[in-house]
Amino acid sequence: MSDELLSLAQSVVAQARPGEGMEVYVTRGTETEVRAYEGEVESLTSADSSGVGIRLLLGDADAGGSQVGFAWAGSLEPDVIAATLADARDNARFATPDPDVVLAVPDGVEAVEMDLWDDGVGETPMEKKVALAIELERATRAADPKVRQVSSADYSDSRVEVALASTTGITSSRRRTNAFLSVDAIAGEGADSQTGTGFSVGRGPGELVPDEAMDDAVLRAVRMLGAQKVPSAHCTVVFDPRVVSTLLGVMASALSGEAVVKGRSFFAGRIGETVGTGGITLVDDPTDARAYGAASHDGEGLACRRNVLISEGVLRMFVYDTVSARRAGAVSTGSATRGGFAGTPGAGCRALLLSPGSKSQDQIVAAVGDGLYVQSISGIHSGVNTVSGDFSVGAEGLLIQGGTLAQPVREVTVASTLQRMLQSVVEIGGDLRWLPGVAAGQTLAIADMALSGD
Amino acid sequence: MPGRARGLGWIGRHDDYDTAVTDTALIDPDVLERVLSTALVGGGDMAEVFAEDAATASALLDDRRVEELSSGRSRGAGIRVVDGETTGFAHTADLSEAGLLAAARAAAAVAREGGDGVRTVGLDPMTSHGRGGRTSPDSVDKARKLELLTRADEAARATGDAITQVQVGCGDSRRRILIANSEGLLAQDEQIRTRFTVSCVANGDTGMQTGFESLARTEGYEIFERHRVEDIAELAATRALTKLSARPAPSGEVPIVLAGGSGGILFHEACGHGLEADHIVKDASVYTGQVGELVASPLVTLVDDGTVLGEWGNFAVDDEGCLPARNVLIENGILTDYMWDWLRARKEGRKSSGNGRRQSYAHLPMVRMTNTYLLAGTEDPAEIVAQTPSGVYVKKLGGGQVNTATGDFVFGTTEAYLIEGGRITEPLRDANLIGNGPEVLRRIDAVATDFDMTPGTCGKDGQSVPVGCGQATLRITGVTLGGTA
Repeated sequence: MSDELLSLAQSVVAQARPGEGMEVYVTRGTETEVRAYEGEVESLTSADSSGVGIRLLLGDADAGGSQVGFAWAGSLEPDVIAATLADARDNARFATPDPDVVLAVPDGVEAVEMDLWDDGVGETPMEKKVALAIELERATRAADPKVRQVSSADYSDSRVEVALASTTGITSSRRRTNAFLSVDAIAGEGADSQTGTGFSVGRGPGELVPDEAMDDAVLRAVRMLGAQKVPSAHCTVVFDPRVVSTLLGVMASALSGEAVVKGRSFFAGRIGETVGTGGITLVDDPTDARAYGAASHDGEGLACRRNVLISEGVLRMFVYDTVSARRAGAVSTGSATRGGFAGTPGAGCRALLLSPGSKSQDQIVAAVGDGLYVQSISGIHSGVNTVSGDFSVGAEGLLIQGGTLAQPVREVTVASTLQRMLQSVVEIGGDLRWLPGVAAGQTLAIADMALSGD
Repeated sequence: MPGRARGLGWIGRHDDYDTAVTDTALIDPDVLERVLSTALVGGGDMAEVFAEDAATASALLDDRRVEELSSGRSRGAGIRVVDGETTGFAHTADLSEAGLLAAARAAAAVAREGGDGVRTVGLDPMTSHGRGGRTSPDSVDKARKLELLTRADEAARATGDAITQVQVGCGDSRRRILIANSEGLLAQDEQIRTRFTVSCVANGDTGMQTGFESLARTEGYEIFERHRVEDIAELAATRALTKLSARPAPSGEVPIVLAGGSGGILFHEACGHGLEADHIVKDASVYTGQVGELVASPLVTLVDDGTVLGEWGNFAVDDEGCLPARNVLIENGILTDYMWDWLRARKEGRKSSGNGRRQSYAHLPMVRMTNTYLLAGTEDPAEIVAQTPSGVYVKKLGGGQVNTATGDFVFGTTEAYLIEGGRITEPLRDANLIGNGPEVLRRIDAVATDFDMTPGTCGKDGQSVPVGCGQATLRITGVTLGGTA
């Protein structure tokens, strides 16, 4: 299948005129989404989609600079592709000639081939996928008498194939599948309502563990019943693995070489400096097949590779795509990411892993003694700034008293700066969870955060 | 016939626009009728075809260079079959009859009742009137768009030497939609939107700070006849520069004065989402069962209004073919109604309120806000500050998030100051505010006259749609501010 897509990409590249550079990204996929409610299918979506994104370069980066134009379309029909190419060509004329705008060139790094495709996504009958969602909803409602509502129980899966070709000799194709179960539970007691979300993720439906999704949703909702605001204080905060995955995902944007070279990261100019405690080793490794973001090739068709960004607290490197690398006087780290066919490549992380410690969450809570355990955060986009480093998010969780989890807490914020948080990590858990998004997560304890409440 | 759109009323309200919807339908009415019949062949209560042809263009200036001009085209149809409580949905980029029929059969797979044979669907095309803008994006020379970017870049950099980075974006979209359903509805709209954004970084002794400002309207490039891009750039740059001397925001509960037009996102999060009927019918909102109850301060009259011409959340028909309306949600503190789409309205035996929206043809419609705003009050904004002995003055808000089931919500500041002795004093670093919707709404004790709207992008269930938010200067007697000081 992917050979056919690659041939299509190459056939478009062949239309480049003398002196033009061209990169063609083509993709197609299928998706299924089932939502269950009150024992019935609330909605069932099935669709095929496809698209093309074309970058066209005029001029020579080494002689006066080159100009790039981009166009995309949600179709692979020949007339649509032709129109898209014409748009990209026209757009290029208006860009500022830039000595750093070049296409990726094969760099000899072998791609790590991984099996990220599960035939189960395509072969599992729809009735079985529907049954997974309905059973998840039923089981969640039945799991605890305090669960008063299940506002959504979803099964979804996707199959995506991508091929990329360029006038600089790039040819790559990759494919992957994903399957996902998620459930939102609402627990109630008197007038009090609290919510919990749980999920399970895999390459195919056979890897999904409905009980994992259900248990997580029910536990999180029920234990929050009776939550109260608490007085403001400075304390140690223990973050749940899911929150840590989110936090690392935010950190990733400050580790993007593109942000750094444009002076939009608090890490800029700090290579070789100690930016965190000695326990912090942060690696972006899309060649680890366990990672949700695992990929053989990056968004420019170069092989993905293992990049050690922070080693024992010392900032070692940033991730680069081809253009940001050239701007910074570096080479691409195989870290081009793009938002599907409608996006152009940028530098980003796909599979961050903070080297795990050995303690369980219980052991960390015991070691911390007194503080706040945070099971979920809100306002990550409005409250975290990777340029200034300012960090302030809404939080809910449980107080830690005498080394154990105590009463539930809501309507508080936790705040600090990202710089200070990295220097204040006191515990890194061994309870690694592979989670959707660009990072895995484990329990993490950070000292001296501002808790704002009453 | 719920949600029935009639377009004639629009003529008079659009007479200042001269662009009419093109006469060419996205899909031939005969084909639509056959597709709808096929969608219902296995049974079902309602079938709908939503076709869309969207062209977008954007230009980005970053680090003093025009980095990228981008054009995109998305064209396709989503077909929905509703059978009892179940919805089947399929979408396709293939608008040929064969492609549409295939999608119709896929969507129909959920209908389990067994159809009563072929059902004939007759469509009643309404006369449609585009609102469009006077200056359609594709008629604007790309060089002119670049000139806007360059002017903004220069203005931002001229605001202060400490401005080290400027990113300017200009984007436009022209979205033609067609909605036909088995109840006979056939509606069309053309929506033209234009957006201009400036992000600045300032660098000083205390590190870097950021400033952002945007202009976004459901209009064409004529917006730049009334708005100077230099003003947008200077606002963004000043915001970043001011924060270079900012001190950490306080931690704990403080009185808050929100400036007029600071984002209005307070109401979007504190109650807007909680008043969307999809949350209500599932008893997943703190506002369930509260109609007729006092849910806010008597100073609060909140409206969701898709008809406000040119605002970012404005349209002529919603994505289910229903006319938008000015819906009063809270009147003098009393909850009067929720917002409805076709599906949730049907469940309650009422009409859609014109709030059925979707990101694209590849998404199911759901209940969404349009332009949500608090009606202006009577007080002088300066007086409200003067009568606040100590607190925080929020000049500009960023984004927010809400849990509708608990009512807890956050919203972030991007420009805020201390209020000391009734005067606005030192600038503060960014922080989130956290509160509980119904509690915060009851704590509003002053609303001024200086009403203004701001555009935003609202995300829900993975779908983004443009919305407007509006409010005048107001005071909340206590909200938790998540600073560090």
